Amino acid sequence: MSAKLSALHSDSYVEVSQYRDQHFKGNRKEQEKLLNQSNTLYVGNLSFYTTEEQVHELFSKSGDVKRIIIGLDKVKKTACGFCFVEYYARGDAEHAMRFINGTRLDDRIIRTDWDAGFKEGRQYGRGKSGGQVRDEYRQDYDPARGGYGKLAQQHPPVESRNTY
Amino acid sequence: MSRRRHSDENDGGQAHKRRRTSEPIEIEDRLESLICRVGEKSTSSLESNLEGLAGVLEADLPNYKNKILRILCAVARLLPEKLTVYTTLVGLLNARNYNFGGEFVEAMIRQLKETLKNNLYNEAVYLVRFLSDLVNCHVIAAPSMVAMFENFVSVTQEEDVPQVRSDWFVYVVLSCLPWVGKELYEKKDVEMDRLLSQIEGYLKRRVKTHVQMLQVWTAEKPHPQEEYLDCLWAQIQKLKKDRWQERHILRPYIAFDSVLCEALQHNLPPFTPPGHMPDAQYPMPRVVFRMFDYTDAPEGPVMPGSHSVERFVIEENLHCIIKTHWKERKTCAAQLLSYPGKNKIPLNYHIVEVIFGELFQLPTPPHIDVLYTTLLIELCKLQPGSLPQVLAQATEMLYMRLDTMNTTCIDRLINWFSHHLSNFQFRWSWDDWADCLTVDLEKPKPKFVKEVLEKSMRLSYHQRIVDIVPPTFSVLIPAEPIFIYKYLDETASTLPGYQLSITLGNAIKNRATNEEILTILKEVPNPNQEDDDDEGESFNPLKIDVFLQTLLHLAAKSFSHSFSALAKFHEILKTLADSDEGKLHTLKVIYEVWRNHPQMIAVLVDKMIRTQIVDCAAVANWLFSQDMAHEFTRLYIWEILHSTIRKMNKHVQKIQKELEEAKDKLEKQQLKRRDSGDDEDMDKNSEDEDGQLEEQIERLQEKVESAQSEQKNLFLVIFQRFIMLLTEHLVRCETGSVDISTPWYKNCVDRLQQIFLMHHVTIQQYMGTLENLLFTAELDHHILAVYQQFCALQL
Repeated sequence: MSAKLSALHSDSYVEVSQYRDQHFKGNRKEQEKLLNQSNTLYVGNLSFYTTEEQVHELFSKSGDVKRIIIGLDKVKKTACGFCFVEYYARGDAEHAMRFINGTRLDDRIIRTDWDAGFKEGRQYGRGKSGGQVRDEYRQDYDPARGGYGKLAQQHPPVESRNTY
Repeated sequence: MSRRRHSDENDGGQAHKRRRTSEPIEIEDRLESLICRVGEKSTSSLESNLEGLAGVLEADLPNYKNKILRILCAVARLLPEKLTVYTTLVGLLNARNYNFGGEFVEAMIRQLKETLKNNLYNEAVYLVRFLSDLVNCHVIAAPSMVAMFENFVSVTQEEDVPQVRSDWFVYVVLSCLPWVGKELYEKKDVEMDRLLSQIEGYLKRRVKTHVQMLQVWTAEKPHPQEEYLDCLWAQIQKLKKDRWQERHILRPYIAFDSVLCEALQHNLPPFTPPGHMPDAQYPMPRVVFRMFDYTDAPEGPVMPGSHSVERFVIEENLHCIIKTHWKERKTCAAQLLSYPGKNKIPLNYHIVEVIFGELFQLPTPPHIDVLYTTLLIELCKLQPGSLPQVLAQATEMLYMRLDTMNTTCIDRLINWFSHHLSNFQFRWSWDDWADCLTVDLEKPKPKFVKEVLEKSMRLSYHQRIVDIVPPTFSVLIPAEPIFIYKYLDETASTLPGYQLSITLGNAIKNRATNEEILTILKEVPNPNQEDDDDEGESFNPLKIDVFLQTLLHLAAKSFSHSFSALAKFHEILKTLADSDEGKLHTLKVIYEVWRNHPQMIAVLVDKMIRTQIVDCAAVANWLFSQDMAHEFTRLYIWEILHSTIRKMNKHVQKIQKELEEAKDKLEKQQLKRRDSGDDEDMDKNSEDEDGQLEEQIERLQEKVESAQSEQKNLFLVIFQRFIMLLTEHLVRCETGSVDISTPWYKNCVDRLQQIFLMHHVTIQQYMGTLENLLFTAELDHHILAVYQQFCALQL
């Protein structure tokens, strides 16, 4: 009938990001396949105090949520600022990528990304101190994520020692 | 290469590094891109870009004519907000190449036939509008357009067709007139007058039972919620009175008049509207949503009146922009805010009105609800100095008119407002709404604030809500979402299940097996029975109570804990809830322990349906039970009910899909065998395969029938309960000579309507049963009216 017009069918929010889980068991091709058919989202930049209930309320706005797995500090076994949200239907996960990604939860802009699927063990932070890697090295003070980054806590930046 | 130079100019003078090889696919993509992007922000004028593009396309016609035809047909259908840009382009091409113009018109007619055949009525409107604007570009001769309109309007003379069918044909003609009315009247005023008079006659005799069900407010003031055809008719009447002078639509073809009027025009072939088919799905009628008028935009350009044709065109275009860009929220917001002609209208007000119009549209919004929340946030980001104020003004107005707002729309407003606030630190001037504290808390305004605070709490936490509202609002703050444990401590020691709850609790904590748990449970006496039932098989409410309370108490920490508990003891729960009474009591207990945490109740009920501990009908019966009567007007009740109905619907669809797939597989298998070889060579294996599939199909067929029966039963239960409740109320009011219109009654009628509206597709299948069994003539006319209005939606 008429042309498909790829120019009009842009859906950039649903595209897979550059991030690839380095611990993924399988080759790159398998990983791509799983990401492209996944119903599971990784959600990052959560406050340590954000509960499963809050995540459920927000992410239910794009469809029925199958389960939520809150990310935990490997040592402390407390929430460390990320989670997985699995939907029953991929279409609902896509809506979350389009309309919930980049909006606020607990006053923080959260970020969602496709995940190849939850496997036991993936609920733990991979940073040396037990939390997420990003909290190892960051220099800023974030009261909702344990204050200063782990490295900065041990070796406070020079400027902060000199401020009054 | 002259072609390259032109296209670089069209790109706003940007020099692109391009591969020297000109592969056909690349050129086709390039053509697509050029055509799609013309009319967007550019350093050159629109006219010069169109001129340039026309030159490029003309040069490419020898090699890429079909591709160009297809692209142009597609933009006509998919980019209606840029209608006049593309009709001008086609006009220029037609002036340079008469044959191409003719082929394009033919292609459009073919496309129109296709879209009508495929029930794509909304797209078909854009195609006809495109054709009509081609009259302005001297591509199509005005008399032949009038002839097409005459054929469309003659549909109103057809008998025994759904009203929505003739509605559509009238709508198409009227909605083209803002663009082409002037030209058609100049050429064929007698015929046009006749046309309009026929339309007027049709509109007078149309049945409008459906309107009430689709109105967002029941009040006529400040803005009447007009039926869409009535509104459009009034707008066209006014346009005619103004001698078809229309100044809002961007018309690039005017600049090219000297070129275009030299062109030869084509006649549209006679177009007979396709006849009515039983499976045709015409668009549903709508009500025009208005919340602003010229008094609302304090400074700046004046808002066009409700019956001005400008209003129609602006709203159409804004709806089209959302439809085109809904997946890309940043682009969508940018496109809305760069609407051509925005300096002459209070654009922010139009945008906010259109967005709320979609959000509140009945039966359902065109897009998922959360899209509108996020789109408004993007718009606020792009216009931080002006849009938030308009949005606040709109929110205030919506609050003021809650008393007459449809309950379904109030639901959506609650969800939107709480989600929106959660993105802006819940900052709001709550004191402005202190008036809601002075009335009965069941009235719409305090109810609204209460529900907003409840939803806001779900997105944050209890203390946050306490902190954000003034102390005077404390009566509206939701309860702290904590578990209520019957057997909490020694004060409960006199309760029959107390001792067992302790034993059970310890057993669960010590990871007892199911058998051990069941042994403990055998000790629970059955308050319903005289003698000891050793089997303990029959319904025992105490057993359910003790086990469920204890288990859920241990698992109260989070959703995940509770889900784990349900999964671990699934067998026991299923056994305990085996009867209808068992299921009902299970739901009762869940409510008792979690009545401060509606969100938890909802997710537990959801889990129990999915794991078949309770069924959908049990949930419906529980929600309508006397025990839940005091919660009947709370939003979470209806969210649970609709979620339950949706699960039922998805279940039926899933099995139907499996059945279709199995049937397809069998058909393919049989075809393959028939095509490949002799019947004699058919070996036993393929016979077995066929047999297996046929068995599977038979089983699935039974499953589908059983599921559909369950689905029908669910709706019957729900409607029956509504009828009982409403009839009771009406009778009570009548005998007591009391006004029936209490807040409860309005809520209940709206909720009944909501069932019809939200699940209309599924309910259509069971209309016969509903009419024969439930919605009979004996019913009170107040209740019957809801049913009749619903039927009128597809007449």
